[in-house]
Amino acid sequence: MIRFPSIPPWLPGLLALLAVTARAELTVDITQGVEGALPIAIVPFGQTEPAGDNLAQIIAADLESSGRFTPMPAAQLPERPVPPGAVNFPLWQSAGQEHIVVGRVTPGSAGAPFEAEYVLYDAIRGSQLLAERVAFKAADARRAAHRIADRIYQQLTGERGVFATRITYVTASGSGKSRTYRLYVADADGQDAREVISSPEPLMSPAWSPDGKRIAYVSFEEHAAAVFVQDLATGGRRKVSATPGINGAPAWSPDGAMLALTLSKDGNPDIYTLDLVSGALRRLTQDDAIETEPGFAPDGRSLVVTSDRGGKPQLYRLPVGGGEPQRLTFDGDYNARGQFSPDGRSLILVHGDGGAFRIARLDLGTRELIPLTKGRLDASPSFAPNGRVVLYTRKESGSDQLATVTIDGRRHRALPAKAGDVRGAAWSP
Amino acid sequence: MNRTRLVGGLVALALAAALGACSTRGGMDGGAAGRAGAGAGYGDAAGGRHGARAAGYGQDAAGAAPRPSQTVILFGYDSDDVLPQYQPVVAAHADYLASHPGESAVLEGHADERGSPEYNVALGERRARSVLKSLRLQGAGDEQLRLLSYGEEKPAVAGHDESAWQQNRRVEIVYTGP
Repeated sequence: MIRFPSIPPWLPGLLALLAVTARAELTVDITQGVEGALPIAIVPFGQTEPAGDNLAQIIAADLESSGRFTPMPAAQLPERPVPPGAVNFPLWQSAGQEHIVVGRVTPGSAGAPFEAEYVLYDAIRGSQLLAERVAFKAADARRAAHRIADRIYQQLTGERGVFATRITYVTASGSGKSRTYRLYVADADGQDAREVISSPEPLMSPAWSPDGKRIAYVSFEEHAAAVFVQDLATGGRRKVSATPGINGAPAWSPDGAMLALTLSKDGNPDIYTLDLVSGALRRLTQDDAIETEPGFAPDGRSLVVTSDRGGKPQLYRLPVGGGEPQRLTFDGDYNARGQFSPDGRSLILVHGDGGAFRIARLDLGTRELIPLTKGRLDASPSFAPNGRVVLYTRKESGSDQLATVTIDGRRHRALPAKAGDVRGAAWSP
Repeated sequence: MNRTRLVGGLVALALAAALGACSTRGGMDGGAAGRAGAGAGYGDAAGGRHGARAAGYGQDAAGAAPRPSQTVILFGYDSDDVLPQYQPVVAAHADYLASHPGESAVLEGHADERGSPEYNVALGERRARSVLKSLRLQGAGDEQLRLLSYGEEKPAVAGHDESAWQQNRRVEIVYTGP
């Protein structure tokens, strides 16, 4: 029998002190993020309509959150040209800027009443790198700005931008009989959150289909766990798994044809695949230990799973075609909820260390485990589709509960979320 | 069936005897678990129950065990062991279920909020299964019991500290009626 020592009276005080220290370190990290990032100036767009944030402000916040850019503070801009006005390149060069974005919003057509016209300049050569127009409706102004930020990011880094993608998360609010669980979809910066479904019973573990059109999630609405797949455009949904016991942790195969699931119908939590067309179930693990939290490798041929077959939760790689699981994590006594990076070369996971649970990245080549966050109760890490940023949840009292961190651990960003306890975050394709 | 019940009753008796030996150990997982176990006063109920059993295996509805009022069983961190102070509670539920074959109950497993939510669902189920095994061993029928793990999703107490966590690592026995 395991015995637990009683809690000494000074421990809660010490924990509180540690929490404060951890938060202070987090602030330092944000300033360190500036190092190594490209300077860029986003000049406020000529924009009287639509009302709301200037597009330049949204673009600058997007680029900054990536950790790859340091937008020039608006107060320091040496001039504020608006197209078709000329740009004084020597002025920008002496201000240390290599890239400048200028733009304006003009009336568009009946179907899309606004048009954002923008130019990205190389300030050293005085040349245009991008000159484009984006048509949009008033309600989609933020989305138009995210698309422009994506174009700029791709032009200057050679990689896909993820600012026009979306995130999903669950909130739980109220207590007792009035407790309500809500599943939201929001823009990648946390704005424009829309409720997908709400329930008096828990909703858990939302997972995006590879085409970004559907979300699989766990619902306890029938006082038992069941996995549903819901179409975001129509709201139509289908119950795909409701076996006795756990129906949990849905993960889509890269081709969208299968879900990997945790089911306990045969005695304890094991990993299964469910063919979404035929409904065929296939069992991939069978032992007395817990196996859960499957995540497909990008090639679809193996899964990362959490298993406590060695006594404590650790991550294992499990061949989908059958075969022995191979242990992947060895640092510490708690490593869970692994997810492969889009290139398959690393994992993001929850790492328990001295009573604190943090987001860490495991390099599958070097086997190095790199902690990225400094929280106490961080969970549900999810890669951005370009593998550069990770979305996760935090639980510290009084802090924002939805956050991103770049994979070098340098740039932290808190995202706005709907009220309540935030859980189960996932980044769209 | 009667033979099974008799064996179950003997196991319960042995557990009740073990309780006396365990009660001085205490101090497991902070104080709350101990307090909750001690407060319910199952010593008397257990005595009465065994009396009823000896008289006729609890077949007489009037003499059967009442539905136990304590329905929450707390657990240690990352553990599914039913702590000694809760074994009489489990025994009382087993006896009630055994003497009321028409009754059924859901064993709701819960975990504290630390770590990963889906792993916590598995942990909650393991706790519920641990209680289920103990209930079965002591005479409750398979068809009377269902497992349901909520993991960390339905905390009994809000808060991000050990005092909340130790109340949230639990199995709740929820009767769904005959």
